[in-house]
Amino acid sequence: MTDTHVEPRRANETGVPDPFPYMHPVLKKNYGNWKWHDRLRPGVLHHVSQDDEEVWTVRAGTQRQMDVHTIRTLCDIADMRAEGHVRFTTRSNIEFMVSREDMVAPLIEALEAEGFPIGGTGNSVSMISHTQGWLHCDIPGTDASGVVKSLMDDLHKEFVTEEMPNRVRITTSCCQINCGGQGDIAINVQYTKPPVIDHDLVANVCERPAVVARCPVAAIRPALVNGKPSLEVDEQKCICCGACYAPCPPMQINSEESTKIAVWVGGKHSNARSKPTFHKLAVAGLPNNPPHWPEVGEVVKKILYAYKENGRDWERLGEWIERIGWPRFFELAEIPFTRFHIDDFRGARESLNASAHVHF
Amino acid sequence: MTKKKHETPLLDELQGGKWPSFVDGLKRLANDEDKQYSGMMNDLLGQLEHSYKTKLGYWKGGTVSVFGYGGGVIPRFSQVAEDYPESSEFHTLRVQPPAGMHYNTELLRNMCDIWEEHGSGLIALHGQSGDIMFQGCTTENVQKAFDDLNEIGLDMGGAGPALRTSMSCVGHARCEQSCYDEVRAHRTIINAFLDEMHRPALPYKFKFKFSGCANDCVNAIHRADFAVIGTWRDDMKVDQEEVKKYVTEVGRKYTIDNVITRCPTNALSLNDDDTLEVDNPSCVRCMHCLNVMNKALSPGDDKGVTILIGGKRSLKIGDQMGTVVVPFLKLESDEDYEKLEEMAENVIDFFAENALEHERIGETIDRIGLTNFLDGVGVGIDPNMVNHPRTNSYVDTSEWDQEAAKWLERKSDNSTKTAAE
Repeated sequence: MTDTHVEPRRANETGVPDPFPYMHPVLKKNYGNWKWHDRLRPGVLHHVSQDDEEVWTVRAGTQRQMDVHTIRTLCDIADMRAEGHVRFTTRSNIEFMVSREDMVAPLIEALEAEGFPIGGTGNSVSMISHTQGWLHCDIPGTDASGVVKSLMDDLHKEFVTEEMPNRVRITTSCCQINCGGQGDIAINVQYTKPPVIDHDLVANVCERPAVVARCPVAAIRPALVNGKPSLEVDEQKCICCGACYAPCPPMQINSEESTKIAVWVGGKHSNARSKPTFHKLAVAGLPNNPPHWPEVGEVVKKILYAYKENGRDWERLGEWIERIGWPRFFELAEIPFTRFHIDDFRGARESLNASAHVHF
Repeated sequence: MTKKKHETPLLDELQGGKWPSFVDGLKRLANDEDKQYSGMMNDLLGQLEHSYKTKLGYWKGGTVSVFGYGGGVIPRFSQVAEDYPESSEFHTLRVQPPAGMHYNTELLRNMCDIWEEHGSGLIALHGQSGDIMFQGCTTENVQKAFDDLNEIGLDMGGAGPALRTSMSCVGHARCEQSCYDEVRAHRTIINAFLDEMHRPALPYKFKFKFSGCANDCVNAIHRADFAVIGTWRDDMKVDQEEVKKYVTEVGRKYTIDNVITRCPTNALSLNDDDTLEVDNPSCVRCMHCLNVMNKALSPGDDKGVTILIGGKRSLKIGDQMGTVVVPFLKLESDEDYEKLEEMAENVIDFFAENALEHERIGETIDRIGLTNFLDGVGVGIDPNMVNHPRTNSYVDTSEWDQEAAKWLERKSDNSTKTAAE
């Protein structure tokens, strides 16, 4: 008998690839040497270097989760109408760089012909940053790609124009861990019931002390249920956050009815003007309603268009609310203010108004 | 023979509309009858439609990796595999893109060819941590796919309690606001600690992110345990002729309302001749006026970075931002980059040794206090680390004189250094 054992291939631990072999030659040549830029129209950036070299960038929206055919179509466009080099933004937009202005219009035409919207620059609503959802996550409360597709269908006009007071960054997260991040508007799952425990499985599937330690409010304790080692939840204490579900899948946090969607407002990454901020609760209790999540879309549009109409130039959504005050925000967005808007987690008093500054 | 396709009435509703549809893509793959992934993608669509009906997810984790690595693969096994057998294994390979997410079409086409042969044909560009996510692979094919991807110069990213894949903004490659070489910083740091990425042994995840200025386009302060933000120490540059042109173009009222009064520290003033006066010591490099008066205003020459430690998402104490730990680190020379690497190493080592299991470094700082953390990583205190000094008196200040002496010593050290420069 011959020895058929083959030593597996050892990885080349090369780490982060060097981008220079892939970078557009004008970007490479002027690396660290840019002087200013302007925007010729929504979706088109024009950068000028210290040596007066120029590059034009056309930005297009994608669906992020792309099949190889879509990627090859983008490559064909890059090869035929651009110069074979692209990059992606943190919000999954694709950017084509070209060294001549007369290449811009045919490139836009080719992208639009294939259904890719041109925009996402300046004071637009850019692509929604999102997570995996039902497509791939092990603990999702909702889908991600579907919510984003529905919303971007609706907000397409705001992607291809630059008519907002400032840029708008929308995010979605399919559980309360908030992997989608902070946003001017954030659309996140909000659980409303404590986990439902399958006591037959806990002992075999979960490392019980780790699950107990994971709870932010110490509501989980070891217990013997039907003669089996398991866990129990003090439902008076439970804040329905779902933190236990990941380390212990038999603690199901989702159900068809109890998994809801909440919309948050006023998150900001940039340090421009005000310091970075976290988003704040606007609405909870919206139904998890695929395939279009229409109730979520309604709320998002209400908030977005109240901001569009009332925000001043350069005010981000949170800065706009800061100026007009929360009472007027809730009025303009036609959202009820409830006891759930008042924080009672750790550090909550920091968020309370300790002054005589009151809006009427 | 054509296999029967699952009915997907709910997903079909996401095919029209103006935005590119991921469902179109999934269906194209399911319809590629001559490809090995066709059956897998048909069942994947079936399972996803089932999720849309029942409003529940059906994936569970497990353990899948490639030879020599402990992380980078996100294992997914279907809990409804009896109904959707061909997508019963649907793992993701997290792969690091070139820094700044630059591609040529050859690289993208090679990625597609490899994924067509070994995977599902579905690629997400990119995940929230900045990975290329090759989504949908059988356990058997994970090694083959990785070997081929590795051969074209790509390496696995991070997952689990490990150093994670990083992101850097477009920066030097195409941005006039960029204050350091983001590609160099990104690659220097991550490639120095690959062992922490490929063989997970940290208490929990650890993320670096690199933004060239305070606009923070990769969301580093919110999302990174170690955020590197470009800034400068000397005066911002003002081209007064361009300022005048700007004022003529948009008008005085607009300039005052949108540039002058939007400065968070009131450091700007419009002179009677429409030039700009800048109170540079009051400027906090927030970037607003540079963003608005892009041609007229630029960062200074003495560039470097501010480092903030401890940003994270919700689990389990709520979202946290990073805290300033290094107000300014010059970042130009080889020696400067070595200092950045040393700082990164100190923080990772401190994290590895002191964080509790499943604790992010921000939570560790919460638990032990910032001053203990600073002692641990060998960084001196600085008033830029606080919004304001403490407001409560419950602190033992018996060693005030010794601490005050340290401050004076540091101040004289700094002035000697500056004088020497």
